[in-house]
Amino acid sequence: MKKLVLAVGLILIGGLIWYASSQTRTVAESRTIEEANRHKVLLLTEGSEPRTLDPQLAAGVPEHRIVVALTVGLVEDDPNDQSKEIPGLADRWEHNEDFSVWTFHIRENAKWSNGDPVTAEDFVFSYKRILTASLGAPYSDALFIIKGAEDYYHGKVKDFSQVGVKALDDHTLRIELAGPTPYFLSALLHDSWYPVNPKTILKFGAIDERDTKWTRPENYVGTGPFKIKAWRPNDVIELERNPLYWDAKTVKLNGINFYSIENEDTADRAFWAGQLHKTLTIPLNKVPYYRREHPDIIHLSPYEGVYFYRLNVERKPLDNPKVRLALNLAIDRESICRNILRADQKPATGFTPPGMEGYKPLDVMHYDPERARQLLAEAGYPNGKGFPRMKILFNTMESHRTIAEAIQQMWKEELNIDVGLENQEWKVYLESQNTFNYDISRSAWIGDFMDPVTFLTLWMTGNGNNNTHWSNPKYDELIRAAGQTGDPKARLDLLHRAEKLFLSEPPVVLVYWYVRDYLMDPSVKNWNPLVLDNHNYKFIDLESASRPR
Amino acid sequence: MIKIIVGRLLQLVPVLWILLTLTFFLSKVVPGGPFSAERQATPEVIAKLNEYYGLDKPLWQQYLSYLSRVVRFDFGPSYTYQTDSVNEVIARAFPVSLLIGCLAFCIALALGVTAGVIAAVNKNKLWDYLPMSLAMAGICVPTFVMGPILALTFGLGLKLAPVSGWYGLNYVPLHPMVMPALTLGLFYAAYIARLTRGGMLEVLNQDFIRTARAKGVPDHQIIFKHAMRGGLLPIVAFLGPTFAGLISGSFVVEKVFNVPGLGQEFIKSVFNRDYPLILGTVVFFGVLIVIFNLVSDVLQALMDPRTRK
Repeated sequence: MKKLVLAVGLILIGGLIWYASSQTRTVAESRTIEEANRHKVLLLTEGSEPRTLDPQLAAGVPEHRIVVALTVGLVEDDPNDQSKEIPGLADRWEHNEDFSVWTFHIRENAKWSNGDPVTAEDFVFSYKRILTASLGAPYSDALFIIKGAEDYYHGKVKDFSQVGVKALDDHTLRIELAGPTPYFLSALLHDSWYPVNPKTILKFGAIDERDTKWTRPENYVGTGPFKIKAWRPNDVIELERNPLYWDAKTVKLNGINFYSIENEDTADRAFWAGQLHKTLTIPLNKVPYYRREHPDIIHLSPYEGVYFYRLNVERKPLDNPKVRLALNLAIDRESICRNILRADQKPATGFTPPGMEGYKPLDVMHYDPERARQLLAEAGYPNGKGFPRMKILFNTMESHRTIAEAIQQMWKEELNIDVGLENQEWKVYLESQNTFNYDISRSAWIGDFMDPVTFLTLWMTGNGNNNTHWSNPKYDELIRAAGQTGDPKARLDLLHRAEKLFLSEPPVVLVYWYVRDYLMDPSVKNWNPLVLDNHNYKFIDLESASRPR
Repeated sequence: MIKIIVGRLLQLVPVLWILLTLTFFLSKVVPGGPFSAERQATPEVIAKLNEYYGLDKPLWQQYLSYLSRVVRFDFGPSYTYQTDSVNEVIARAFPVSLLIGCLAFCIALALGVTAGVIAAVNKNKLWDYLPMSLAMAGICVPTFVMGPILALTFGLGLKLAPVSGWYGLNYVPLHPMVMPALTLGLFYAAYIARLTRGGMLEVLNQDFIRTARAKGVPDHQIIFKHAMRGGLLPIVAFLGPTFAGLISGSFVVEKVFNVPGLGQEFIKSVFNRDYPLILGTVVFFGVLIVIFNLVSDVLQALMDPRTRK
């Protein structure tokens, strides 16, 4: 009996192991950096596992990193300068005088990865799809700049031919916009403007059907320099060269492996073990060490994002602009950047980060404790007397806590006011912020394209991401006027005035402008620092000579 | 015996139903929804998504339609993995955790029992203190410390195993499952060692062992044949739930070594408010735990005649 039980037990465990190992293939074509360099396969991590690779349903940065390799739009990212665009599926384009009507000429050799030619009709279908409300595409509002798009989305117009997108012939696409949009080409770089293959979409479901199987590796059809070779969720997505890509001869790499590594320490180890060419970020406490010991491997470059605190302006005393300004002026941003962040982050003296062509970032928020105390006194709280206790809300993360503690201390020292700290789990924190259940809330905003409107429309009345209750009709008016102005310089002036107005009664506390910090192997070539961090993979190359490990 | 087993298996049904109901309502009570994000989608989009996944219906309707699907073993679509069903997610993640768990179990058992027996036999001597202090250290060092230490030593230092990922590397000899399994195995080995020592000491002091000694039975026979049978009883009770826990995956270890197992799916589903995946994994774990508790009870009965009825 005993032996029987033992035998059954052994067979059971053996069977389990056999089953498990038959279900998990672990061998990928992974190699040392040296071997990867020889085969020209770039080893990257995209962070967390992408939720989808459908360009029109993708919403996050990890998705974007992979989608841009699989599909390109009318224009592509310039490898050196994020404020410029280079021709993509369209080889040339024209616009009218006030930038409101654009005509794109789709190149003759533009092909889908299944061999079909890319036509203007494909774009019409794609824009119809993303503007179909029942699809629930997270970025459909990005296309509302097209004339009639918003009405179609809300069902006020039933006929898509009323929307300003027309295929004049197979290779000519005309887009009529709701107003002058000089930055239109930059907006086109976002995934939401990429085409999807109509035949493939309709083969796997209706035009508004979500989550169909078309994004599976075996079904995926794109227009980009790479196509999916294999996808093992939570492990790796392997891409290989797409020979049908219109500019295939420029593509240097034979493939890209995207490993989904969420933990930054794990990614750091993987880099040093030769399993990655590049990490996404550096653990905060290792930055000074790498800067000292590995200056050739650590890379720091400005990134189009701002770290700030939202203020709930319906709560007393935050309803008083003087209090809000005082809170801003009492913060020593230099010190936070120098002593806590330590990776060349820049103090945010305005909301829109530097780097936008023709737009001088505002330089108004400085450390001025004297003036802060004075403002606070004018608001009725001399030396912080009678100032109610408020809380800084942040999502649970060590770096957010460290910054919040520093700010808490600065406010105590300079203004003699007490604030508490409250951390919440990510989704709870989002809920609190969206339902205005907070006093002060940690926030960040990353630009989608190279124009200040990607930062400034946020604060318009009724914007779903405003979340501060702040509203100023004059501000709305300025932003709207900018949207109607064809002259690029006059337009930016209006936006500048709007931002100045915003910062004169700020519903935010500015902290710092982002930096991308990452480790990169010297064998990676042409990976230039870009402020949106959108890299055109076709220009990236690998050189065999790698550093010794 | 058969009756007991069948009875226990029948208990599974109400247990799972309670588990499922509790989890269903608890997960809906937690603030935050599956579709919230830093850049919030418009209210229309959120409404469309809620409608698409049936989250706009009253809670009791959602519950009933969910129950009716579950009895057909369909756990619905995952919100996080937009093209996958919960069944597919479990089917691909569980084998990874199973493989790591089985190896960890073997490591824990081999190391733990050996250390425990050695300690018990050499009570209050160096060979008792040494393995037992190591075991104490093993219990005190959490896996999120042990994991990186092992990764740094064996992965980065000695280049014996990959530090991340579920793919083989041609320049390291070890399979990617080894390091996570070792991390988990060492942790449980420490527990098993302490339990084994306790159990063995109790048995070694009993009269029948003294009788055997007096009769001149050699030491190794006393230990392996007579003492271990009773001495290992306490760990058998411990092994059932442990095995279930090991093969269902550990979030921490899977994150540290970046392996695509079920443990991280479970935790991430909670972070993402991926309700169907939360329920699917909870029910799956429930089944595993009930089954392996039963297995350990049966084994105990076979080893110890006193518990047989």
